Amino acid sequence: MAENDVTESAITGARIRERRIAAGIRQAELAERAGISASYLNLIEHNRRRIGGRILLRIAAVLGVEPTLLTRGAAAGLVAGLREAAVDMPEDAPDRAKPEEFAERFPEWAGLLLRTRGKVDALERAVRTLTDRLAHDPNLAERLHEVLSVVTAIRSTASILVDTPELERDWQRRFHRNINEDSARLAEGAEALVRYLDAAPDDAEVILSPQDELDAFLETHGYHFPALEDGTERDVLAVLAAADHLTSDAARNLAELHLMNYLRDARRFPLTDLEAALAALGPDPLALAARCGVSPGLAFRRLAALPTGTVGELGYALCDGSGVLVMRRPVAGFSLPRLSGGCPIWPLYAALAQPGTPLRLRVAQVGPDRRVFTASAFSEVSTQTGYNQPPPRRAYMLLVPAVATAAAASAATAETDAEAPIELGVTCRVCTRASCAARREPSILREEF
Amino acid sequence: MGNKVLLIEDEPNIIEAISFILSRDGMEVKTHSNGVDAVAVVGREAPDILILDVMLPGRSGYDILSDLRADAATAALPVLMLTARGQSRDREMAERLGASRYMTKPFSNADVLQAVRDLVTT
Repeated sequence: MAENDVTESAITGARIRERRIAAGIRQAELAERAGISASYLNLIEHNRRRIGGRILLRIAAVLGVEPTLLTRGAAAGLVAGLREAAVDMPEDAPDRAKPEEFAERFPEWAGLLLRTRGKVDALERAVRTLTDRLAHDPNLAERLHEVLSVVTAIRSTASILVDTPELERDWQRRFHRNINEDSARLAEGAEALVRYLDAAPDDAEVILSPQDELDAFLETHGYHFPALEDGTERDVLAVLAAADHLTSDAARNLAELHLMNYLRDARRFPLTDLEAALAALGPDPLALAARCGVSPGLAFRRLAALPTGTVGELGYALCDGSGVLVMRRPVAGFSLPRLSGGCPIWPLYAALAQPGTPLRLRVAQVGPDRRVFTASAFSEVSTQTGYNQPPPRRAYMLLVPAVATAAAASAATAETDAEAPIELGVTCRVCTRASCAARREPSILREEF
Repeated sequence: MGNKVLLIEDEPNIIEAISFILSRDGMEVKTHSNGVDAVAVVGREAPDILILDVMLPGRSGYDILSDLRADAATAALPVLMLTARGQSRDREMAERLGASRYMTKPFSNADVLQAVRDLVTT
């Protein structure tokens, strides 16, 4: 007998037995009514003999079912799923090669097994995602650490109160007070953690971290603060006072620092000078810096602080010496990751490694929303440092769409339009570029490889 | 007075609870809550056992442990690491840097006490 025949016969024999038992018919009775011996039916039911033809028709008639119901592989989907599930069984497990029999004989159990396995797979994926988030999201790790530390304090203190029968009154009062304080902190910490975990990144009403608050604050203002273009420190405080989005002290501090720097930049490179040069030169930071006698870094920052109506569509990223993005101005077609570092081959990082060397490249991020940009990047070393102190370094990257508004489609960008763009990613975790020498970790988008 | 234990931890009520149970067990307990000058404090206090939290303000417990193991005077000091991170790589990191024991928060008082007693006798 061929292997398929054995399998099919085994399915049929098992289904005959299952149907017979369900109908309450003894094996001898079915054999007699089908015109075969009981021992022969026994061999059929236990997969020792093939069955077909008239015997099958007679057995089906006695059982009151269509013959095909006994022979057809009605559970192809189940069998395919069971074959996948069988990879978890030891290779020498006797039942590993019998998914068809299991599916045919116990279709409901097989369905339940597959549904359960599907849930286990989904939970494992969720755990991997959360584990990954814990490892790569310092904000989450910090909040969890706070909660666990308070839980530890409560547990230790409560144990002392329970396990020390002769505890002095002063100690009792002290530990009761500690538990009361810690329980309040735990409630706050747990609430903050839930809020953080529940928050959707694109939900403007739910802020995730101080950096997120700052991002939302800047986005709300279009990255531009008219009051600070010719303002004073008092105007900074007024802007902050009106900032409803800034709920945490840390975010307020970040925003104040940003606005103070904005004020200083606006004084060094006034808006009127910037707008006049922009009209002549387009959003080319190096050309603007040369024309107006300012540093390239200042020109990058001032361009990034212009409203879209003035400068056109524009993306911007600022990183510190470690490569962490500390400010983002998103632009359609070029994603700037929120939690992890960017793509290692971004011009931003090439510039970071070559302070003082301006870079300009045509780039495009791989993905369905692929769009070509002219990326200008520059890195500078701060002079605000003390003796024997390593100077802080930062790098800027401006992204101007290759086909954009009239203001953006400057002569400067046009000169390189013929060049093929460099293909780059968002961040390695979600990058589908299969062969990349700069890759630092595998992509979670495995199906692309 | 019994063995001298130095507890470096930034959670004040954990400090109070652990100090209490170790003191009641006859140990002398010193505490410190900052990572920045922790190595200097260990040198000054010269404890018999160090209980060291991993996440400390100013400096990681791993960095502190690394410095202690690099110094002949503290290379053999029994160190019990406390952490809120239970991931295997954190445990491996602690072992690699030379932690004597490693406990994950939240822990029980009995476990801490037993761990410290074990370290005293080893």
